[in-house]
Amino acid sequence: MYYFTAAFFNSKLRCVANLTILKQINRVDNLISLRSVSTQKRTCPLLSVQPVRGLLDEKFQIAVTNLPPNQKVTLHSLHQSDDKDFWEAFGHYVSDEHGSVTGFKDESLGGTYDGTEPMGLLWSMRPIPGSRHGLRIRKRDIFRPMEVRISVYNGHLSQGFSHQAPLATSVTERWYVAPGVKRVNIREKEIRGTLFLPPGSGPYPGVLDLWGVGGDFVEYRSALLASHGFASMALEYLTPEDLSLEDTDASYFEKAYQILNNHPMVKKDHLAVLGLSLGSAITLSMASYSKVIKPQCCVCISGSHLMPVEKSLSELFELMKSHADKLCVNEDNQVILRNLILSLPCQSAKVDVGRIKCPLLLVNGDDDQTLPAVESAEDMAMMMEKAGNRHLLEILMYPDAGHLIEPPYSPHFRATNYKLEWTKEKIVMLWGGQTKPHAYAQEDAWKKILAFLWQHLSAPVSTVTSF
Amino acid sequence: MLTEVGTCPLLSVQPSRAQVDEKVQIVVMNLLPNQKVTLHSLHQSEDKDFWEAFGHYISDEYGTVTVAKDESLGGTYEGTEQMGLLWSMRPIPGSRPGLRLRKMNILTPIVIHISVYGGHLSQGFSQQTPLATSVTERWYVAPGVQRVNIRENGVRGTLFLPPGPGLYPGVLDLWGGGGGLVEYRSGLLASHGFASMALEYLGPEDLRTADVDVSYFEKAYQILQNHPKVQRDRMAMLGLSFGSAVTLSMAAYSKVIKPQCCVCISGSHVFPVDKSLFEVFEGMKKYIGRVQVNEENQVIHRNIILPIPSDPALKVDVGRIKCPLLLVNAGDDQNWASVESAEDMEMMMEKAGNRDLLTVLTYPGAGHLIEPPYSPHFRASNFILQGVKEKIVMLWGGQTKPHAYAQEDSWEKILAFLRKHLYFSSNFAVKAKL
Repeated sequence: MYYFTAAFFNSKLRCVANLTILKQINRVDNLISLRSVSTQKRTCPLLSVQPVRGLLDEKFQIAVTNLPPNQKVTLHSLHQSDDKDFWEAFGHYVSDEHGSVTGFKDESLGGTYDGTEPMGLLWSMRPIPGSRHGLRIRKRDIFRPMEVRISVYNGHLSQGFSHQAPLATSVTERWYVAPGVKRVNIREKEIRGTLFLPPGSGPYPGVLDLWGVGGDFVEYRSALLASHGFASMALEYLTPEDLSLEDTDASYFEKAYQILNNHPMVKKDHLAVLGLSLGSAITLSMASYSKVIKPQCCVCISGSHLMPVEKSLSELFELMKSHADKLCVNEDNQVILRNLILSLPCQSAKVDVGRIKCPLLLVNGDDDQTLPAVESAEDMAMMMEKAGNRHLLEILMYPDAGHLIEPPYSPHFRATNYKLEWTKEKIVMLWGGQTKPHAYAQEDAWKKILAFLWQHLSAPVSTVTSF
Repeated sequence: MLTEVGTCPLLSVQPSRAQVDEKVQIVVMNLLPNQKVTLHSLHQSEDKDFWEAFGHYISDEYGTVTVAKDESLGGTYEGTEQMGLLWSMRPIPGSRPGLRLRKMNILTPIVIHISVYGGHLSQGFSQQTPLATSVTERWYVAPGVQRVNIRENGVRGTLFLPPGPGLYPGVLDLWGGGGGLVEYRSGLLASHGFASMALEYLGPEDLRTADVDVSYFEKAYQILQNHPKVQRDRMAMLGLSFGSAVTLSMAAYSKVIKPQCCVCISGSHVFPVDKSLFEVFEGMKKYIGRVQVNEENQVIHRNIILPIPSDPALKVDVGRIKCPLLLVNAGDDQNWASVESAEDMEMMMEKAGNRDLLTVLTYPGAGHLIEPPYSPHFRASNFILQGVKEKIVMLWGGQTKPHAYAQEDSWEKILAFLRKHLYFSSNFAVKAKL
């Protein structure tokens, strides 16, 4: 419907001198936008987005040329998610004396982002007015790109984009997989996951990728890791019907690790474990206690060592259920999980991180409302200091970033609809964070995570086993 | 040697999905310092032939090779050539002779495997395991570009529309005497904001040369001009080879075709297209004796119009052209004497007083087939002669490196020329004062 409206208006207009249209030209900020904005010179702006097909973590350059000088314009992005909701972002710009707007140099004076933000049109996206509440973008078919329509509008608009004809439009694709990445279903005994392999003959360093809780099985981070040269296996451990929580214990993860390590295209003993949220808790637990899981390094995003996952997940959830009274809810009826975790009897149950023998990277947002990541990181540092393995620990702490530290340029969700695993209750979960610092955290953390993985996984085997 | 040490070289090709006229950055890291490596590209065409290119490099003291900065010491290209792995591609050893690389289905990308091998290899790539591989895609169409089949009033073509509501300047895109419907240049033009229609005018069985005359081209032009997403008075004609002759003829004589500008690549004004194509080809047949064949049995077609005739009936009267005209010519064009034609056209326009409309770009060392940037160069390839239905090997000319330069530079200039006259032109301001 959006597109019909724009096309309908535009078909009434022609980029040709016409006396009736000339009168409307003077009302430059209003109503139907035209291809030109002055009586002096009729211009057709040129919008370029480079590259027009990028990987999710690649930057793009947006440039508008052939505008009149000092012209107010709005750069707008629009995306329809797999769930059919519309997301948008916009920035207000003024063209320079050459009639150009350059995304990576110029400042947005307002909109969903401000300042000089080359990728603001992506990370500041939010559901369009009138959308359902608590939405989140999750890509299901990762072999199809995310399509984003970038448009330039006349004037400084903040709404009503679908009623205006843009001056120019470009469609850009954001891909989760690089060309040549292969997807392999893993269904071995009860272990379920998806392995993504980089192109070429391998063998590749491997990453066991553990998402957090949250409903659907998520493959996109593994696909992106494979696009960077890692054989990455996204492990399913929460959702499948035939996998009961009682069976999801340490041996489940150990078997998954072995499947990855033994895969013919994976470089044996060049493995990392990467977790987010609950996945981080599992990662820390395995790295500390497992006799089977011995990665070259671990990455824990937004995690905590205060959640005991050594036995089965069902025991953990029982524990959380029993402390349900500690669950906080704020005025907006959003659930703050962190306090519940802090209230768990932890002294005996917390993961003994002093036993970890490989480099460990913690990535945290200090406005994490879901898990007490900051407190956990401090406690872990103390424990490792005492145990003598503090030199293995690296902590990245991002001010005002929230819990969901996703791949770069993903929109920020401060709170979204959620189904609590242990009660199946539908709530709104507060993840935390402010949009701009959260976007910075996602971009910076991803770079550092990749560098960390490369440093420890492509190193010669001899230096790694010297621990 | 490298497997003993155990490092994993990192090969990065950015962007991994590029438009055909976009450059890529190829970087290899994590090698040993001063290590000999070979960068290799491999592509399997729609015809199932394999094409490859390679360059020999030595990593720097950090173990890095940066193709845009470092020199290839040998291979299918040498020197500092950021895109050498693309434009210097040629069929792998043992391939059928006379091949040409053309993509017919442009809605899917060209897929190229880029690999790094240890040492300086010149053959046997398929028997070696590369140190690293990356797959890159090259697209003729940007996302959102619409492809529309045109079958109207006897006219056959494909229209490509940029994304968005429009309106767009229109470009009528004419390929050459090889015939058929070649879409990739139009797809690329649409990706740059032009509503571009690739016109089929030679080749299909139900389109006889006797039926293709001036009115065919005029109808095609009008179909494009009347399209609801096309700006009526922002039109151009672009022709390659024989398509140039059509373009020049229309621009000079047609009362219907009045473009804002024209581009003629590797063309000539000799043998005007002011009758049916059948009659034009019959007229050319008289001079067939001038066509030569060299020792390699390759046909040299250029002399068919040499010497440039002085008889005006044999040439398009370019003095009548009223719009800016850009000629893009190759210094080693063995197929049409485009350079000599350009000189003659310049003289005619000087006499007629419209010389200021003409811009001529001549690329020394380039051959006839000036295609979009980074396409491989074919000095000669298999060809089916129109009207004769004979399979020959046509000599196009050119040397690979200067030809690659010509393709890259001319495309930039063609786009700038089209933008100047179709997007930036201020002659609207004059009309607006009415």
